[in-house]
Parts: sequence; structure tokens; C-alpha cells
Amino acid sequence: MSQPVMPGPDTSVITRKDEIARDLRELCPQAVVIVSPAELRAYETDGLTAYRQPPLLTVLPSDTGEVSRILRYCHEQEVRIVPRGAGTSLSGGALPLADAVLLAMTRFDRILDIDLDNRTATVQPGVTNLAITKAVEGEGFYYAPDPSSQIACTIGGNVAENAGGVHCLKYGLTTNNILGLEMVLVDGSVIRLGGKHLDPDGYDLLGLMIGSEGLMGVVTEVTVRLLPAPPCARAVLAGFDTAEDAGRCVAEIISAGIIPAGMEMMDRPAIHAAEAFVKAGYPLDVEALLIVEVDGPEVEVDDLTARVRRIATDCGARTLRVSQSEEERLRFWAGRKAAFPAVGRISPDYYCMDGTIPRNRLPEVLARIEEMSRQYGLDCANVFHAGDGNLHPLILYDANQADELERAEHFGADILRLCVEVGGVLTGEHGVGVEKRDLMPEMFSETDLKVQERVKCALDPGQLLNPGKVFPQLKGCGEITGFSVREIEERFPDIPRF
Amino acid sequence: MTVEKPHTPQEAAELVAAALTADAPLEIIGTGSRRALGRPVSADRMLDMSGLTGISLHEPEELVLTAAAGTPLAEIEAALAEKGQMLAFEPPDFSHLLGGVEQGRGTLGGMVACGLSGPRRIRTGAVRDHVLGFAGITGRAEIFKSGGRVMKNVTGFDLSKLICGSWGSLAVLTEVTLKVLPAPEATATLRFRGLDARRAVRLMTAAMRAPAEVSGAAHLPADVHPDGSLTCIRLEGFAPSVMARAEMLKGLLAEFGTPEMMEDAESRIFWGKIRDVAPLADDRQAFVWRICCPPAQGGEVAETLREMILESRLFLDWAGGLIWLAVPPSAHASAEMVRGAISGTGGHAMLFRAPEDVRHRLPVFHPQPEPLAEVTARIRAAFDPRDILNPGRMHPSEKREG
Ligand SMILES: Cc1cc2nc3c(=O)[nH]c(=O)nc-3n(C[C@H](O)[C@H](O)[C@H](O)COP(=O)(O)OP(=O)(O)OC[C@H]3O[C@@H](n4cnc5c(N)ncnc54)[C@H](O)[C@@H]3O)c2cc1C
Repeated sequence: MSQPVMPGPDTSVITRKDEIARDLRELCPQAVVIVSPAELRAYETDGLTAYRQPPLLTVLPSDTGEVSRILRYCHEQEVRIVPRGAGTSLSGGALPLADAVLLAMTRFDRILDIDLDNRTATVQPGVTNLAITKAVEGEGFYYAPDPSSQIACTIGGNVAENAGGVHCLKYGLTTNNILGLEMVLVDGSVIRLGGKHLDPDGYDLLGLMIGSEGLMGVVTEVTVRLLPAPPCARAVLAGFDTAEDAGRCVAEIISAGIIPAGMEMMDRPAIHAAEAFVKAGYPLDVEALLIVEVDGPEVEVDDLTARVRRIATDCGARTLRVSQSEEERLRFWAGRKAAFPAVGRISPDYYCMDGTIPRNRLPEVLARIEEMSRQYGLDCANVFHAGDGNLHPLILYDANQADELERAEHFGADILRLCVEVGGVLTGEHGVGVEKRDLMPEMFSETDLKVQERVKCALDPGQLLNPGKVFPQLKGCGEITGFSVREIEERFPDIPRF
Repeated sequence: MTVEKPHTPQEAAELVAAALTADAPLEIIGTGSRRALGRPVSADRMLDMSGLTGISLHEPEELVLTAAAGTPLAEIEAALAEKGQMLAFEPPDFSHLLGGVEQGRGTLGGMVACGLSGPRRIRTGAVRDHVLGFAGITGRAEIFKSGGRVMKNVTGFDLSKLICGSWGSLAVLTEVTLKVLPAPEATATLRFRGLDARRAVRLMTAAMRAPAEVSGAAHLPADVHPDGSLTCIRLEGFAPSVMARAEMLKGLLAEFGTPEMMEDAESRIFWGKIRDVAPLADDRQAFVWRICCPPAQGGEVAETLREMILESRLFLDWAGGLIWLAVPPSAHASAEMVRGAISGTGGHAMLFRAPEDVRHRLPVFHPQPEPLAEVTARIRAAFDPRDILNPGRMHPSEKREG
């Protein structure tokens, strides 16, 4: 099995394990500190289960003061820290290190304030995504970003990964729906960014922190934007003979000025797996299936449903159904939302990819994925956030077969390279983590990466927070932040002089 | 003042390199339309980016547009309008407010660097929510890029957010890729009369709490609208939907009176004026503040400000979350009172229009508490270790201002 190369463990830290555990218990008498190898096994992996590594120890704090003391201590002792929410990351973002404290944030599970006049909820980071909506749906509100893992994943993890969902075409990703954060920096200092107001008062550090994958600080409080739930939502299910037709239908809908609440596509293997799992009523004789959801006042939904139907028919839809009830709408979605576990049922293991492409390259990309699938001898099912070009090829493999995982990894990397080649990116919502770390140079030049790494160094000069994630090589901060005019003279030997 | 005008990113990088070797900082400008915003820059040399122009990509059905940073905003908006699209965050035109109509609407780079958005921000988000990627030059004369051209992207840190509203203090922008959206098919505005600020904010709050997708909510008190106060709610979208939502809101807001309906053309003019801060533009002497606070507290804050600062005038946008305040000119610009009035709300205030010497002396941007100010300084140093780009624009530059 191919484990990613992680920063070499600091053996002096490992030998000090008992002492560190004792110190942390003393600093935070209320926190849970886990040291036994058997219990630490529960934390050895996240949603990317191919990679495993038990942490040095796990600590579960429950208030900001504790997090601050833990970080200050680790900072002084030069002990690495890996923050963790629910551990559903699909990119190995929460993968522990042998010499690092795993900071599990699940005890931060309280909803602190619901302010419907300002349309905000302020919650602790361990609250699950779905729990926020559950807390306000009685009042007719919801929290829009809805990753398929929303029952389990935490809002802190969503912030760290800038999670998406099936409704982000219209309502945005996590970053477009967060108004404020409280964070603890690596030295233990506490900062507040944003609040219940709009727009930052200086640099948009809030925007910078969202999607920073636990590399810049630990989120201890989150203020989210709530939206009034639309009075009506309806889903159109359209089956096509080819991915081209389905792709054309997506483009025509957008060209008609319609931004659906959600627009998802599945290919034949994904349709079959989902249908076998949840009996959503999907047609089994089509090559591509679209779910297009429109929401708003009933007249708008009626109007848009009719327009979408017309467009789908013109694009050659061979089956076309409109949800007739809320139950039916949810059933249409159930298949899509359960697509990953559904594929999990038909294959011993699967590897979920997450590239984004310019939408109009879809047919070509799918064709090339199919070609690769033959070449690698591994099946692949595709689910696709069609509206925003975010592709989730699910590569089927069996980890118990000699080299299948390795082949799956190569196949996956080839898919991501292809995404970049056609003008897209390595990850649309799952994050870089350890998984795509070594592919970063496919998309970014050395300078591009250096610019990002310097921002990391500005916040965590000792590189103690979640090391080994996002960046392909850990250079010392001194090496990349230093500056001399001589270097400029070397790089620009014949520039004009002022 | 020496003006350097590059025509390619490479030329611009060379000019930054030359500035570094001469230790001579640069003031970055587009057309200069927003030059009077922020602190005055301590630099003797201008880097005029209006030579990098042109839309290199516009794929309407992909909702994406890429252009060089010096491209006039007017050109971009015209190209979008031709395809029935728009910049959803409604970038304002401050030429009237700041004086300097000849500089026009400014450039794409200037729009991103200032990061200021119009009334629709409450529904579709700000500039920062629409920047998909960019290319630029650091204060170390490095050409770099960040983000991409697709709608969904979490590859690496989201520097697009950081660059929006960084006022040219982190990098010289050379190219920007934006998410663009279809322009609404229909617009209608409900206009209520005679409410005071507190009641107006209650009205706007009630409208925002309803599933009506309100895309503009503003209140003009009688002091800026002599015919009597106006409270306006904008609805946009497909015609049948706009009508249905308007009816729903009329019922819901009945306690505030019976609104008049502004149709498309009138509505467009009205929101254009709110966007461009026209109600406060004419009194050329007054200083103008831009105040962000939690929207539902906007009414309280507005009343407090009005009571505290004699002869001040104001209006509210963003359902109460944005207050534009004009105060009589003075050496202190009423800064303590303005910032005092919002201190309990978590909000912030920017001294938006004032003479150069006042903007030099007083903190233009809201003062930050210590750990944050330190983080800000370190991030700036990461991009621009020598204070070569727009020094002093946001905060005083120790190196350049002595
Ligand atoms: C079946 C399934 C479906 C999924 N569907 C989607 C989907 O539709 N869209 C999507 O975007 N993702 C999806 N994911 C991925 C995953 O759920 C998200 O990335 C989620 O945001 C992770 O949250 P978590 O609480 O599990 O975080 P973890 O996995 O525990 O951690 C993720 C990252 O966040 C950091 N982190 C966690 N908490 C904090 C904190 N408080 N402060 C700082 N850093 C922190 C960690 O260090 C790590 O880098 C799916 C995963 C699964 C297993």
C-alpha cells in the first residue's frame, strides 16, 4: 500500500508522549486526553481510509480557553498539531501524524446563538452541518451548503475544507455562507474575524481562513448565514442517451438565464448503483441522468419547471419526470446523495475523486476517463455537480488485490491531471489534504506555491499546524520568506533603473 | 510624480523590480477613479495599470469572464449586457461622490482591489464572492496566479478573497477571472413612505426574513430625501415570480402601510443612486463615512449617530447593514463618535470621503485589536516585505512615513 510521505516524525516528541499527556491533563483538567493505542485506533484515519496512522495522542477540548492553552503549550514545546472534526475528509486532511497531537473538536457541540433578525446562527465548530438546519427549520430557515456527508461532518470541518454540496450552484460554497469566525492561532492567541455584519474591516482574513485545511489556526466558533427556506422546490429527472446530450441540456438551461438550485448528473454505473441501493425510481436504460431542482415561489417553480422540461426535451431527453410531491422530490435526491455508499456496496473499495472542469469539456473528459478505465482495468462510476463543473469519478477497486489500490491512485491522478489540462482544477470541494498534495505542481508554478506557503508562514512560522498537508514539500519558512535586493538584481539583470 | 505605464505583466514585474532596487515605492492606479479612497499613499512614482486591457475570455454559458486588470469596467459591463449578463454585486460608480467624473467607472483591477459592492450584496454576495482567480505581481516582483476559471475550486489557499479589498497593498493585479450571472428578466421595487429609521429597519428585517429573495433594501430618511422618507425593497427575477413575491410582501408588510410600485426603469435609476451614494454626493464639504453593522441593529445605530453628531445626514442600504453617513467637516471627522456608536455591534467604519490631510492623520480603516493587527502586518510582509506597493494606503507605513 502506498502511504504518502509525511514529514519525518520527531522522535524526541514521541519519547515524551507520557509527559505531554500529563502536561495537557494538567493544563486542561476538563479535557479528555486519549493515549492508549487501542483507543487511538479510532482516530487513525478519516474519510480517505486508504491512509492510516495513529496519532501520538488525542485531546478533546471543549472550550476556547482549553484550545488556546493546548496550542500555546504545543507551540512552546514544538509539538505538531492536527485538528480534526468528524473525520469525514476525503482528502486525508485529518490524517494524524505519529508525533502530533490530534485535536478533536467534536465536544464543541453547542449552538450558541440564533438571531433570525440578522439571519445568523453562531455555533461551536463541532456542531454538524445538518444540526444547524435542524435547529432553525421550525422557523422556516436553513443553512444552505449541504455536503452529502451533512449528517456527520462538522461545521468546523466544512470551514476548513470550504465544503460544497448539491445546492452551491445557486447558494454558494461554505465560504459564501460564513459571516464570522473565532480562531485560535498557533501561539494560543485568539482572534475574531467578521461577525454578524457584512464585509471585512481590513484584509478578508475570514475568506483566507475558509478552506485553509487546518493549516492556519483552529476554528472555535462559527457564525453562519441563514436563509429563509424557499416556499416550494421541485426536481426534474431527465434521462439521456449520451452524456453529450445531458451536457448540452445543462448549458442550455444556464444560457436561458436559469440558475437552478441544484443540477446533478450521474452516468450509467452510478445510476445503477444508486437505484439498486435506494430505489429512487431512476430509469435504468439511459447513459446519463440529470436532476435539476428549481426553488422559489410556486409560480416561479411552475414557470421554471416548464422551461426546464422544454429544454430537456429539445436536447433529446428520453425520459422526463417532475417530482409531484415533497416525498418524490426527496426520493429523486436520495439516490444522488447516497451515490458514494451505493457504489461502496457494489465494490469492495472505491476511491472518490473531486476535480472541476469547464462544463463544456464534459463529454471529452468522460470519454477519456472511460479510456483510462479500460487502460487501468478498473471500473469507474461518475457523479457530477453538473451546474458548476465539479466531477466525482468513483474508482472501484479491491484493496485486497495485489496492486489495485496503487492502480486506482494512478488512475485518479491521471483524471486530475486531465482536469487541469482542460482548464479545470484538482479539487472542487474535498480539499488537497495529503491526497492531492503532490499534484499541486500540476496546477501551480513554484512561485504560485511559494506565495501561498508564505501566507502559511505568516500565521504558523514553525509549521506546527497540520504539517504534510496541501504543500508538496515542506520548506523551512526562513527559506521562502527571506528577501534581498540582490536576488532581484539577479532575476532582472537588465531592467531599467529609476 | 513620475508615471510608469506597463503594457504587459512582464513589463509591470520589471517596474516593480526597478522600484525594489531603487527602494522607491509605487502607487498603483487604474484610471485613478478610487484614488481618493483610503489613506494617501507615500510614493513618488505611479504604476499606471490602464495599459493592460482586454477581455480574453467570456463564455456566457459557463458564467465566466477573464480580463486584464486595466480593462475599463464600463467595457466589461457592456460586454456582459450584450449577452444578458451582469456583475451581480453591482460595483458602484464613485466618480460623483469622490469628484473626478473624468476618471469614469474605473478598471477591473481597481474594483477588485477596493472590493466594494452595491445594494445586491445582500442577496448575491460581494466582489469577493465572484472572483474565481487572478494573476498578479508580488512586492517581490514575482508573477504569480491563484484560483482558476471554474465555479468550484478549493485547490490551495483562497487568495482571491484576500486580494479583494487589499487596496493594492499585497500585489499588483494583472488579470482577473470573474463569475458572471444572468441579468434579471424583471425588476420591481416596493416603496413605503414616512417611516423613521427604526421602523424602516424593522420593515426591511421582516422583508429579509421572508422567502422573497429581496435583492435591495434601503432607507432614505427625510434629511436626504426632502419629499419625505422612503423605504424601498427590490425584487428581481422572472416576471411571474417577481409579481408573486411582491404580492406576498405587500401582505406581510401591511402594518407599515401600502407601498407604491416602482417599475423597471424608475427602479433601475433609484438603485443606481443608492449604489453610487448619490444622496450624499452633492454636499461637497461634508465628510462621508461607510459603516457596516449587523443589519437588524442598523436603525438603532442610525438614530444614535444622528443624535450624537449634529447636522449629520445618513441613509441605509443592505437592509440596515450599511450606513452611509455625512458629517460636517472637522479635524477629528467625528471619528470617535462614529466608531463609538458601533462599538458594541462588532461592526466597523471607514472614513470614506475626507480631504487628504485628514485621511493621512486619522485611521481611515477601523483600528484592529492587537493580535489581528499583527497578523495583518505579517501577511502584508509575506507579499511585500519592502513596503513597495501602495505603502500607507491602509495603515501607516513605518518604513515609508518615518
Ligand atoms: C460520504 C461522504 C460524502 C461527502 N460529500 C461531500 C460533499 O458533498 N461536499 C463536500 O464538500 N464534501 C463532502 N465530503 C467530504 C467531507 O465531509 C467534508 O470535507 C467535510 O467538510 C469534513 O468535515 P469533518 O468535520 O469531517 O472534518 P475532518 O474530516 O475531521 O477534517 C477536515 C479538515 O478540517 C480540519 N479541521 C476540522 N475541524 C477544524 C477546526 N475546528 N479548526 C480548524 N481545522 C479543522 C482538519 O484538520 C482537516 O484538515 C464527503 C465525505 C463523505 C465521507
